[in-house]
Amino acid sequence: MEISRRKLLGTVTTAAATTALPMSRARAQAKPVFKLGVLNDQSGPYRDTGGITSVICTKQAVEEFSSLMQGYTVEVVTADHQNKPDVGASIARQWFDRDGVDAILDVPNSGVALAVSAVAKEKNKVHLNTGAATSDLTGVQCNENFISWNYDTWMLAQSTGGATVKAGGDTWFFITADYAFGHKLEGDTTALIKSAKGSVKGSASYPFPGTTDFSSFLLQAQSSGAKVLGLANAGGDTINSIKQAKEFGLTMDIAALLMFISDVKALTLEVAQGLHLTESFYWDLNDGTRAFTNRVKSKTPDNWPNMSHAGCYSGSLHFMKAINKIGATAAKASGKAIVEAMKSLPTEDDAFGKGSIRQDGRSLFPSYLFQVKKPSESKGTWDYYKLVQTTPAEQAWRPLKDGGCPFIKA
Amino acid sequence: MIWSFSRPQLLALVVMLAVIGIAPAFVYPVFLMKVMCFALFACAFNLLIGYVGLLSFGHAAYFGMGAYVSAYAAKSWGLSAEICVLLGGLVGAGLGVVFGAIAIRRQGIYFSMITLALAQFTYFLCTQLPFTGGEDGIQQVPRAALLGFISMKPDMAIYWMTAGVFLIGFLAIFRIIHSPFGQVLKAIRENEPRAISLGYRVDDYKLIAFTLSTFVAGCAGGMKSLVFGIASLTDVTWQASGEIVLTTLLGGLGTIFGPVIGAVITNTLEFYLAPFGSWVTVTQGVIFVLCVMLFRRGVVGEIAAKTKVSL
Amino acid sequence: MLMVLGYNIGPLLAQGMLGLINGAFYALLSLGLAVIFGLLNIINFAHGALFMLGAVVSWMLLNWIGIGYWPSLIIAPLIVGAFGVLLEKVFISKLYKLDHLYGLLLTFGVALIVEGLARNQFGSSGMAYAVPDSLRGATKLGFMIMPTYRAWVVVASFVVCISTWLILEKTPIGATLRAATENAALVQSFGVNVPRLVTLTYGAGVALAAFAGVMAAPVYSVNPNMGSNVIIVVFAVVVIGGMGSILGSILTGFGLGLLEGFTKYIYPEGSGVVVFVLMIIVLLLRPAGLFGKVS
Repeated sequence: MEISRRKLLGTVTTAAATTALPMSRARAQAKPVFKLGVLNDQSGPYRDTGGITSVICTKQAVEEFSSLMQGYTVEVVTADHQNKPDVGASIARQWFDRDGVDAILDVPNSGVALAVSAVAKEKNKVHLNTGAATSDLTGVQCNENFISWNYDTWMLAQSTGGATVKAGGDTWFFITADYAFGHKLEGDTTALIKSAKGSVKGSASYPFPGTTDFSSFLLQAQSSGAKVLGLANAGGDTINSIKQAKEFGLTMDIAALLMFISDVKALTLEVAQGLHLTESFYWDLNDGTRAFTNRVKSKTPDNWPNMSHAGCYSGSLHFMKAINKIGATAAKASGKAIVEAMKSLPTEDDAFGKGSIRQDGRSLFPSYLFQVKKPSESKGTWDYYKLVQTTPAEQAWRPLKDGGCPFIKA
Repeated sequence: MIWSFSRPQLLALVVMLAVIGIAPAFVYPVFLMKVMCFALFACAFNLLIGYVGLLSFGHAAYFGMGAYVSAYAAKSWGLSAEICVLLGGLVGAGLGVVFGAIAIRRQGIYFSMITLALAQFTYFLCTQLPFTGGEDGIQQVPRAALLGFISMKPDMAIYWMTAGVFLIGFLAIFRIIHSPFGQVLKAIRENEPRAISLGYRVDDYKLIAFTLSTFVAGCAGGMKSLVFGIASLTDVTWQASGEIVLTTLLGGLGTIFGPVIGAVITNTLEFYLAPFGSWVTVTQGVIFVLCVMLFRRGVVGEIAAKTKVSL
Repeated sequence: MLMVLGYNIGPLLAQGMLGLINGAFYALLSLGLAVIFGLLNIINFAHGALFMLGAVVSWMLLNWIGIGYWPSLIIAPLIVGAFGVLLEKVFISKLYKLDHLYGLLLTFGVALIVEGLARNQFGSSGMAYAVPDSLRGATKLGFMIMPTYRAWVVVASFVVCISTWLILEKTPIGATLRAATENAALVQSFGVNVPRLVTLTYGAGVALAAFAGVMAAPVYSVNPNMGSNVIIVVFAVVVIGGMGSILGSILTGFGLGLLEGFTKYIYPEGSGVVVFVLMIIVLLLRPAGLFGKVS
């Protein structure tokens, strides 16, 4: 029954829930209202990596910032894009056209994110990405109304892929989700493997969403003779791939290029122990991350925040700081102006510490390579990661010049 | 009178024109455009099921392919809007000729199953061909200018174009139904062996009707992709084929205005139920069951039967 | 490694084995569909949804009241079968006099309702269903590691398919059923309650689908969309085998699984479509299907 309760919660929030206190609601008549739209997967394979916890973290930011809002209020709305680009694009269009939404957040699924970012640009609003991974969003497909927060495929390839190659895993076989994200993750990792003189023995892409049985791809991987199985997928697909790899006694090393803490929980430590993965946020990283997690965990006890959720919190805070900087009227008029202000301000909050946003919309934070703990090392649920390596912000992300972002002048 | 509208039909047509003219002042225009695209698609589908008695369970293939081609033409070739839509129609028709020729060799349920299989085949092509962009679809499709110089960027501009395409398609189908050709189609629906014995080459008639229907479906898809700026796999799935059957059945099989009313109802439901997740699917299912069990003639069909006029 | 026509035989066999597992589900499902079509003349579009319902019911039995896999294998089909009986009594039985198309449309509607409700309740990402302890583990076959559970699926489904066929072909009940298919009025006049026979047949066909669903739960995980992904393929199997032909649907089911498996090794991208290509070819050459009678 847990699920249906969460579902219900989702339905209620969809009907535009205000996060401001009842008192300030009356005053909201006169003040401009900014709307943050959390657009993500609330029923499919990415519902735990984004989903309702993203909404909760966004509201957390609005709540904490409410006393600092200068002459405006902020509301949070949300919808389920079902991992369909056309659904995502038409919700975005309607939000911007009819419902007065100023910024769209989260948007996991790179295919959907690419579609939404185009709409945000057309309508001169803001797209604050914390869910989609493809590095094209700040590369060849970048635009001036867009910011990417907590991770991308290049950073994952660099961290998890780099560590795997360094440990001797120089021949790879990929199982790839057949859409923008999967292909970009495979591509960025392949580039890294080749630059380290490794080779790719083959790859199999599978229809997304909708594939639950990975056995035949696993057998292809096994018979390719490669040392490493690269999983260029995410969420439920990654979980199924790893489980079935165990079932079929796969002898290869598994590099789960994108894994979140909720995936580890679903796999259990028994199965997941020893895997390497990369996130830019972990609740037990430092005092700030623990403080932030302590504030939200009671609202989402079954799904503690991962880097995407924390990104919604951190990004929303920064968005409101930018409104304060340029004033509510200017911010209402132009999404591009908000994004420019966000880029000019340094970021600072509990979840990601201090950071900055580059011209192409790439936020710069350190990335962390973790290893999943053995069951004996874990003190309980959510105590899952050991920090193995920290890549400083300057090295974690693709250099500006390599992105090919059209509006960046060389 | 060449158009042979009856008086009630003329009245209904005037009402429809008035609604198209006034509605955008009150209703979100993008939503209205979606309704018109699906209404046209349903009219095309109705030409087959309502007037030839052929249940094509794979009509999304032509609609979706039309959408892809039109999107591609606008984005990669920079063609003008009307050419994009026409190209969508032509590709729909091209696919329709081939698939129709295979499918009409069989009748009844077999016909439906073959059209379904061929549509799945098309779906597969769409996931594999490089030009469709796989799961991502063709995105960021520009709203190509009409005739190369009339900008379609404002919602209201493309609204009038969509209305134009819809009306042309709607009237063309009306004209086809009331032509001598259309009379033969109805004869085939009523009694195929008799039509054969009267010397009509039934298969030729079926194939022509199939091709005409797929042409219009392709145009409707092409128009939709220009409006929304995206063409994706959603429009090629068998679920989409099912939805258009529902739309037409609900409005009234074999009625002129039924598919239009059906499209209005199903899209409105979808619009208001969208925030409630899968209740859209559940509602569609319930409507299907109710239609089949209680009013097989559909909304317009029931009204027409009650008032004894042909709509 | 041994080579056949330029392909390594090991991986080819391994993919064939996996294909056979899928084939086991195709056979079970198309068998039920063929039985229903043969007697009721209804294209049961809800078959995929009822397959999914079988899996969901077994998941609920386990997680809500703690009934495990083995009892589930009997209980879930009974529950879903009862639902099928209700469906036939209330809705489908009213449609026999009408065109086939209405049966197809009605069951399509039922499929949408069942799937929509399941998606609302469980989301669409799928829920894990653990392999029962007694079937854990795997066997080394030389060319692959075969998980015990998957081997069980192939064997169990083969046994069920053959038993069903034997019941229909070799027992008095089967004879009555087949006679009723040919001429219901005549059988009725011999004092057989044909409407009840029809209802029970529908229930049995549906129970077969639910049985397949329970079997599938540990392999594919319990997912509200699992039925709609497979139903179209199963339709194609029934059409290729010859509508209503019991043996045809069994053989085609397993055969198609194998074919898909091999395709996955030779041309992976094509594995999803090979069935439809085959169907088009068969229909063009033998319109009544491979095992169907030409009417």
